[in-house]
Parts: sequence; structure tokens; C-alpha cells
Amino acid sequence: MSRGNQTRLMGAWLFLCYFYSNLVYADSQLNLTKGVTAVSREVYDLHMLSLYICIAIGVIVFSAMFWSMIFHRKSKGAKAADFHESTKVEILWTAIPIIILIAMAVPATSTLINMENNDNSDVTIQITGSQWKWHYKYFDEDIEYYSVLSTPRKEYENQNGSFDGNGALKGENYLLEVDKPLVIPANKKVRFLITSDDVIHSWWVPAFAVKQDANPGFINEAWTNVDVPGTYRGQCAELCGKDHGFMPIVVDVKTPEDYDTWLKEQRVLTAQAADAEKASLSSSMSKEELMKLGEIIYVAHCSACHQPTGLGLPPTFPALKGSVVATQGAITEHLSFVLNGKGMMPPFGKQLSLKEIAAVVTYERNAWGNNTGDLVQSSDVKAAREE
Amino acid sequence: MTMNTINESLDDEITDDHHDHKMTGIKRWLYTTNHKDIGTLYLWFAFIMLLTGGALAMVIRAELFQPGLQIVEPDFFNQLTTVHGLIMVFGAIMPAFTGFANWMLPMMIGAPDMALPRMNNWSFWILPFAFAILLSSFFMESGAPNFGWTFYAPLSTTYSNGSTAFFVFAVHIMGISSIMGAINIVVTIMNMRAPGMTYMKMPLFVWTFFITAYLLIAVMPVLAGVVTMLLTDTYFGTSFFDAAGGGDPVMFQHIFWFFGHPEVYIMILPAFGIVSTIIPAFARKQLFGYSSMVYATASIALLSFIVWAHHMFTTGMPLFGELFFMYCTMLIAVPTGVKVFNWVATMWRGSMTFETPMLFSVAFVILFTIGGLSGLMLAVTPVDFQYHDTYFVVAHFHYVLVTGSLFSIYAGAYFWLPKWTGHMYNESLARWHFWCSLISVNLLFFPMHFLGLAGMPRRIPDYALQFADFNKWVSIGGFAFGLSQLIFLAVVIKCIRGGEKAPAKPWDGAEGLEWTVASPAPYHTFSTPPKVD
Repeated sequence: MSRGNQTRLMGAWLFLCYFYSNLVYADSQLNLTKGVTAVSREVYDLHMLSLYICIAIGVIVFSAMFWSMIFHRKSKGAKAADFHESTKVEILWTAIPIIILIAMAVPATSTLINMENNDNSDVTIQITGSQWKWHYKYFDEDIEYYSVLSTPRKEYENQNGSFDGNGALKGENYLLEVDKPLVIPANKKVRFLITSDDVIHSWWVPAFAVKQDANPGFINEAWTNVDVPGTYRGQCAELCGKDHGFMPIVVDVKTPEDYDTWLKEQRVLTAQAADAEKASLSSSMSKEELMKLGEIIYVAHCSACHQPTGLGLPPTFPALKGSVVATQGAITEHLSFVLNGKGMMPPFGKQLSLKEIAAVVTYERNAWGNNTGDLVQSSDVKAAREE
Repeated sequence: MTMNTINESLDDEITDDHHDHKMTGIKRWLYTTNHKDIGTLYLWFAFIMLLTGGALAMVIRAELFQPGLQIVEPDFFNQLTTVHGLIMVFGAIMPAFTGFANWMLPMMIGAPDMALPRMNNWSFWILPFAFAILLSSFFMESGAPNFGWTFYAPLSTTYSNGSTAFFVFAVHIMGISSIMGAINIVVTIMNMRAPGMTYMKMPLFVWTFFITAYLLIAVMPVLAGVVTMLLTDTYFGTSFFDAAGGGDPVMFQHIFWFFGHPEVYIMILPAFGIVSTIIPAFARKQLFGYSSMVYATASIALLSFIVWAHHMFTTGMPLFGELFFMYCTMLIAVPTGVKVFNWVATMWRGSMTFETPMLFSVAFVILFTIGGLSGLMLAVTPVDFQYHDTYFVVAHFHYVLVTGSLFSIYAGAYFWLPKWTGHMYNESLARWHFWCSLISVNLLFFPMHFLGLAGMPRRIPDYALQFADFNKWVSIGGFAFGLSQLIFLAVVIKCIRGGEKAPAKPWDGAEGLEWTVASPAPYHTFSTPPKVD
């Protein structure tokens, strides 16, 4: 190799090293996150350990290959050697990998035992997946709510024009934002009981190194203990149907003091909601009010399947526009569908308030030219629920 | 292992040529019981399926080129990923290997044909119907299967779009075809070896197909069982996978992966056989550690039955289960490592040349090893919680299946094309195919590692903005890789239609009985068995 060639090769090598180190250090998005819990840092260390071992094995094996490909080629006059067997060598390269594997398995085992220890938790939260939202229920507190994607539909349907490369037409947390995040305290052991109402989902927050499947009819356990308050984002990690890509997870980790304040607020809000529910029974809403609220509820909870146009996606998701249930059928039957669900249709009885159900059913019976003129009030919903 | 053939048999074969008894036109292909014709059918079928599955992948990559929903709806996106996976696994890789088995096994062991020629015809000809059923569901009101190629219940039962029945019947037919093909391979190898060819004198190629066929016979009935349970859960009111009726959705995954993990070795062991044939030929040096290669293949096959739940670490297994499956999975790295080391030792101090079959084989060893190493990382359970169901997994299995299995298929195709067609393929065009594929496939799959580590889940039609740059490059790599495969089509067609006449043994370092017959191989070979010592 001439001197010039050597310099060039050296240059190329340095460039590659520079490029790679940029990749690894400049932007954390290239590597696994270290996360914000003791467990997630252990997991990160295990990841780096096995990555370095793999790189070392790769370098050794590939160097031997390239050495022989460069120097043992026929065009360089290489004559083939005669050896083709050696029990000693075979034993050696069976034994060495076993030792390496044991070195990897020991720390992995201890981390795993730690991860599976769900005892002595300070807070317990039940997480229920359903198509395509998460429900959080705080044990020992009267707090429960759904958490739904809040990225506007027009952003992912490119109604602002397509992606311009800078993300200017999409929000900063595009597809990773929800209406109500899960709130947990920092520096406390928080236990999650994870299950599902329909298909299998998987609750995953990379910063906690928690990924646990939500199986319908069974309850899985996981836990975390976060050091650093902040907002952490994740996504559903098991294919769960059409909108699998649209059910993110956002966790708001608060200091224990802020968490207590939040709990108090939630208690007040829950009490107010109960009062509002009672009040709504004795008052009736105008058609305009019902339609306005109904549209908001419809877009948030119904349009993923039945579509904003009311045309649905037949045959899986039937149309509401001109449908028997929403036009000719009895209101009570329509209410029963919404309250109790049927087949793939989830029940909304616990998810929405009486007023919201009244509004959305009114909306469905009057939007898209359905024009039945029917008005449904909270008291009708209550009556239907008690049937 | 040395093989000496009675040279006279060569002349016999050539004079045999005039009493072929083969029909003409379409009947020749419909009624054929000839292993070479059936091999050809399998290989063309596999290539057509590769292009079909590839076309679906192009649409997937076009959708993922930018954030936002561009060209397909989320539900159709799920149909694309599902059918892409099913076609590539059951329609492209597996039939291609069966094609190799049909063409090469009888010639390698000195047999006149496969042991069960009529069954051989049937096992091929039911395949097009299976895929016609599967693909026709795209044009039905329900749409194609949309629950992933792993068809987890209850997404594929209670919550399916109505395509489950088509899917189940298609899989049943594929399974029957595979079982018949596998039985044929086992019977042929056990009964029809040339006198003197003991088991430990068989070419490694024959060994890998032998072991693979046993794996198929063991696990294909499990697949048939699980899809039947799926069918009755969906349409006949059973509750195998429904907790409300006393069943368990996780049991589905246990049964599926008890088939599914041996299945991934079904798709890689034959690749080991092909590469172990080609590397010694172009290193002009005998395969290093033949017997350890045989034992390693058998160990991998046995271990494949006790690692299935490493696909299910996040399902909520007990700690003991997680530890057991982690240790067993890590153990697979040992025999696999032995294989890689043996290939390197075969190349070491050889006298190497780099014709296209060797280029693909060398690329196989390097890129399969990368896929194997990421597999080792995935085996570490605590970290698998982070990798599971992300693009890191997608990168891993595409390295193993595309730059592993598919590259070995290309290597084998270039290696034996002269024997199949009687012509040398166009070496410079073939090199274009290799280099275009090599560069684009790495652009396609390598950045997926980064995407997965950064947290991008698989099977999503749209993604957060931080994943945008890599997805663009991945898509560009995908389009380039897809187009590069058309070069292969051109090479094959050119080679069939003409080209430099191939001698009986075009590669000076090649060994094996198939090179003792003329090129193209006569319609009937080894009517009288050769002697091997």
C-alpha cells in the first residue's frame, strides 16, 4: 500500500469514528434510553454490556474473515492448506462462548429478580387497555379516568398539508400526547396491575423500562420507582387493531407533595362531577347545547371507528349515517348500545357522564342528515341505565 | 469426505436423454413427477411470491416514508404487514428451500428421483391455491387478515375483520404441503442414498435438509392445531383463548411459538447447508469440522423446542419461566457460534476467489452473524423488555431472514444455475445484483436497530417526529433493495435463454455427485446408482 493510500485510509477511518461517535453521543435517540429509575439504568448497563460483547465478537470474527479474504485469495497466489478438522479447536470455541454467556447471564439474572419483585408498594394503580385508550384507576382513592390520544386528527391525516421535514405542521409531541396523563409520585414504589377489556395491549414506558402485556381476563403486575419528576412518554407495544399506533401513554411524575395536591384536586373534581351529574338529571338541555357537546364527544370517543362522517368502515365498523339504530330504532335501544356495548363495540356507560351520553346519542340521531329531531336528556340515559 | 463416482455413469446419463417420456406444454408441468421439474416449479413460485410480498413491503415503506397518514388507512396497513409476513415466510423462503431440496437432494445422494414422486407433485400444486385464497381476501368485503402474521388471539378471533376463515384454510393447505414435502425429504434421504454413502458421508447440505424436514414434521401439526382452535373460537363458540369461557389468550402464544420458534430454524438450517457447500468450493479447501457442523445443526434443532417463550417475555410469565427460557436461548448461541467459526476456519488459508455465489455466501456469514448477535442481545430478558415489539426486533429478524436465508438462496441459485440451465449466468450482471442488494439491504435494515432502541414500536402506520429521518432512509433503502431484485430476474432469464455453455463442473473447487452429471442435468439422473467410498 502506498503512503498516499495509507493516509487516505486513515482519514476515512477517522471520519467513520467521528461520525459514529456523533451518532452515539450527540443524540440520545440512537441508543436505548438510560431512563429515570434504578432498574432502567441497570437495564441500560446490561444492554451496553451485551452490545460491547457483541461488538468484540464481531470485530474478532470479521477481522479473521477479512484477513483471509484479503491475503488468502487465489489471485495473490495463495495455495489452499490441507487442514479440515481439529477437535481441540472445536472444544475451545464451544467453551469460550459458554464462559462469555455465563458472564452475561449472572447480572441479567439479578436484574430480572429485582424487576419481578412487586412487593411493598406505596401506590397501586390498575391500568386497563381497550381499543384504543388506557384507563387508570387508583386503588384506595376514588379516582379513575381514561387517557386518550390528544393529537388532533387533522395533524395525522395531513389536513394541514403533508410533513415538511421540520415538523412545523405537527405538534412537538405528535402522537405521544394524551388528554389526561397518568400521574404518579416520584421516589415511591408504584405498582401497576395491568389488564385489558378487549384484545391484548402492552403498556410501555421506555424511561421506566416497564413493558407489560395487558391480557383480557388476566392481571399482570409491574412496578416502578422514579427518581426524577417530569413527563415521560410511551406507546402501546402490542398490535391491537386499527389504531394500535394511536394509543400513547403519558406519565406525569410529580414530587410527593405535588402528588398529594393533585390527589386533593381530583377528589374535589370527582365530587363536583357527581353533583353536576345529579343536577343534569333535573334540568334539560337545548338541542344546540346537546349537538355541540355531542359532536365533541363523538369526535373524541366514536369517530375512530364510526368515522367523523358517520359512514364507518364496513363491514367491521358499521355506518351510523342512515342506520336503523340511529334513525328508525327506539332511543332506548340506541342508548343500550352506547351504554353496554355489543360484540366489538365497547361499553361507554362508565366512561362517559349521563350528560355526555345524552349529547352524543342526540348528535348521532341528528347529524349527517339523520334528522330524526329526537332529543335525549340525562334523565333518559339514567332510566335506560337502570333498566 | 471423498466421493468417487464411476465415470461411466456419466455417459449412461447422457445417452438416457432420449427416452425422457416428458409431456409437452402445460401438461408437462401439471402432471410432472420429476424432481427437477418440481424443483423448478417451487423456485419460480417462490420468486413470484418474493416479488408479491416485496410489493406489499414497498407500500408499507412508502407509507412510512414520512410521518402522517399518506397513502393507506391504518387498517389496510395492518393487512399489508400481515400478508407481507405470511407470504415471505410460507410463500417465498420455505418453498424456495423445498425447490433446492427437490433439485439437489436426489443428485447429491445419487438417487434417480425423490422417493414419493406423485406426492411431490401434489405438495407443490396445492400451494398456489393456498396463496390464491390468502391473496383473494384482499378483494373481499372483509379485507385481508389484519392481525399480524403471528395472529394473536383474541385480535384474530372475536375482534377479527372476518378474514379468519380464509386465513385458516390457506394456512392449513400450506401446512399440508410442507408436511408432504418434509416426509418426502426424510424418506428419500433414509432410503435412496447411493451405496457407500453412510450418514456421516452425506454432504452437509443433505444433513441440514434432513434435520429441517424432521423439524417440519414435528411442528407443522402444531400450527395446524392452533389455527383450528382459532377457527372454532371464531366461528363455533369454543373458548380456547377466551378467558370469559375458561380459556387463556396467552395459551395461544405458547402453542403458536412452540411451532414458531422451530419454524425460524426451518428457515435458516437449509441456508447453513447451502453456504457450507459454497464456501469450501470457492476457498478450494474442505469444509472445516464437518462432524461438528452436523452435531451443531442437530443441537440447534433440539434446542429450538425449548426456547419458544423468549418471544413472550412481556406476557407475564413467572420468574422461573423467564430465567429458564433466557438461559436456553443464550445456549443457542453456542452451536451457532461453532458454525460461524467453522466457516471462517474453512476460509482461513484457502485459495479464494469471489464469484457471485461466494460473494453472497460471505455476505451471508457476516450479516447473519450480525443478526445472530442482536438475537443474543434479545435473549437477555431484562433488556428484552425494552427491545420487545420494537424495530430492533424487526431489524434482527430481517437480518436473519433476508441477509441470512434469502442471501443463501441467491448464493445457491447462482451456484447451481449452470447445472440447472446448462449455461453460465452473466457474471457482471450478477455482481451488480449482489452489490446493489448488499448496499441497499443494509440501508434498509441497519437503521432499524436505532429506531427500535429509540423506542419506535413495530406495526404502526404513523410515528412520532423523532423517528422521521431514519424512516426516510430506511424507505429509500427498501425501494432500492426491491428494485435490485429485478436484476436477478434478468440474470436468470438471460441464463435460461443462452449464454456461455456450462461444463459438467463449472467451479473447480466444487465437490459432490451433482457435478458428475452433465450440464444441464439430464431429465433423469442416476438411474443406476453411483458408488461412493
